[in-house]
Amino acid sequence: MEDVFGNFDLVLRAFWLTIQLFLISAVLSTVFGTVLAAMRVGPVAVLRTAAGIYVTVVRNTPLLMVFVFVFVAAPRIDINFDFLTKGVIALTVYTSTFVCEAIRSGVNSVPLGQAEAARSIGLTFAGSMREIVLPQAFRATVPPLASVLIALLKDTSVAAAFGLLEAVARMRYFTNNNADDRMWIFLVFAAGYVILVELLSFGAWRLERRWRVATR
Amino acid sequence: MSASVLYDSPGPKTVARHRVYSIVAVLALIAVIALVVIRLQQQGQFAYDLWEPFITPVYVEALLKGLLETIKMAATSVVFAVMFGVLFGSAKLSERGWIRWPAWLVVEFFRAVPVLLLMVFFFLAYGVGADGIGSYWCVVFALTLYNGAVLAEIFRAGILALPAGQAEAAYAIGMRKSQVMNIILLPQAVKIMLPALISQCVVTLKDTSLGFYILAPGLTAVGKAIYTEFQNQLQTAIVVSAMYVTVNLLLTALATWVQKRYVGEKALSTAAVAAAGGGMATGENTGSGGMF
Repeated sequence: MEDVFGNFDLVLRAFWLTIQLFLISAVLSTVFGTVLAAMRVGPVAVLRTAAGIYVTVVRNTPLLMVFVFVFVAAPRIDINFDFLTKGVIALTVYTSTFVCEAIRSGVNSVPLGQAEAARSIGLTFAGSMREIVLPQAFRATVPPLASVLIALLKDTSVAAAFGLLEAVARMRYFTNNNADDRMWIFLVFAAGYVILVELLSFGAWRLERRWRVATR
Repeated sequence: MSASVLYDSPGPKTVARHRVYSIVAVLALIAVIALVVIRLQQQGQFAYDLWEPFITPVYVEALLKGLLETIKMAATSVVFAVMFGVLFGSAKLSERGWIRWPAWLVVEFFRAVPVLLLMVFFFLAYGVGADGIGSYWCVVFALTLYNGAVLAEIFRAGILALPAGQAEAAYAIGMRKSQVMNIILLPQAVKIMLPALISQCVVTLKDTSLGFYILAPGLTAVGKAIYTEFQNQLQTAIVVSAMYVTVNLLLTALATWVQKRYVGEKALSTAAVAAAGGGMATGENTGSGGMF
């Protein structure tokens, strides 16, 4: 245990890498996922199909295989970046499909009557989207989006298998050196993840409460 | 929401505009695909040698064996996870605080911790060495705990989604608590849970690939052996991913069929439960009213 607490900066640095991976991928996945969702509900059939195929294929591929593509296969055809960038690319490619589905489910959760009512009082497409549908859809998107982001936070651990020294890889390193303390080392790192996940879900819960309106 | 409600059916001008968008989109997609193909061609990635293993019976057989191993790992984990889920799900519904709170703690802990962290821990603590349990069981146990925790939530949400009148009526005709659960609530909840359960199988199957990090057997391990021997990383990744995608799509189709066949319209009221397992990346549950 002295090894862990004596070198606690290594633990913190490992979690900092986890957080970096998470934050950058979260922002990029949200942007890219929103674009995908827009393509999937938009009027252009070609884009709808393309986005649909992308989402179906990537969603059903294990994240580990996405990492294999980015870290092992891509360098073979001279596509290479530094480790953090590669990790972010793999996580974004994978997570954006789930963001897309979360947003789509949010938009779908707005009752049809809302849009019908908006149209029938003479709002245009842009108007009914802006004033009626999207504000409600955003609210409904918070819980599924939060789940996707929590999953993303835990998914950053896959980077450990590809040479990024984030929390799980660091735990492995500490455990290799101090086999007798493995239980405590595990609990320290698990606690780190639990704290991060709790922070995220607390934030989502606050946001959800703040945005909640009286339900019918 | 159907998009058609949001705008009038397009007139000639809009149709023409959409046609322009479509053409631009098609050209852009063709350009992207062409770029990729040219790149692969330049790098000699279409060479026959690199693809040969995948039409050589020995390697095809090895891949299929790996797939079988992966499916076995996933199936074992799901069976254990269902037991864990029913146990802890009903414990979380218990009226006794000393049962409810520990169950809550266990479920929350295993949902918040990455599966890979659990796997590595099991592997280093109990898996390695002569008397270790081996990486196969480390994967199974880690997946059991994680998916069990998720299924506990799905199970609980499934029970809570039932109309309150069901339990009330059962109590009214004099059933005991265990009878209400076993005869009235459980059969109905399982029916609602089935699609979510199958979606969770997809998650489990995908997560077995994490065994890669602790040298577990399975499809990814076979894939690694092949690309180490032939240096055909890209081709192997494509073939292995295609195998995963195929199996997962079959499972998803099964889930849709089960949903239609056994759950039907009722699924609408419990859409959140289905979303808990189906919609989410690693099966984070949203169905039960907030995370914690």
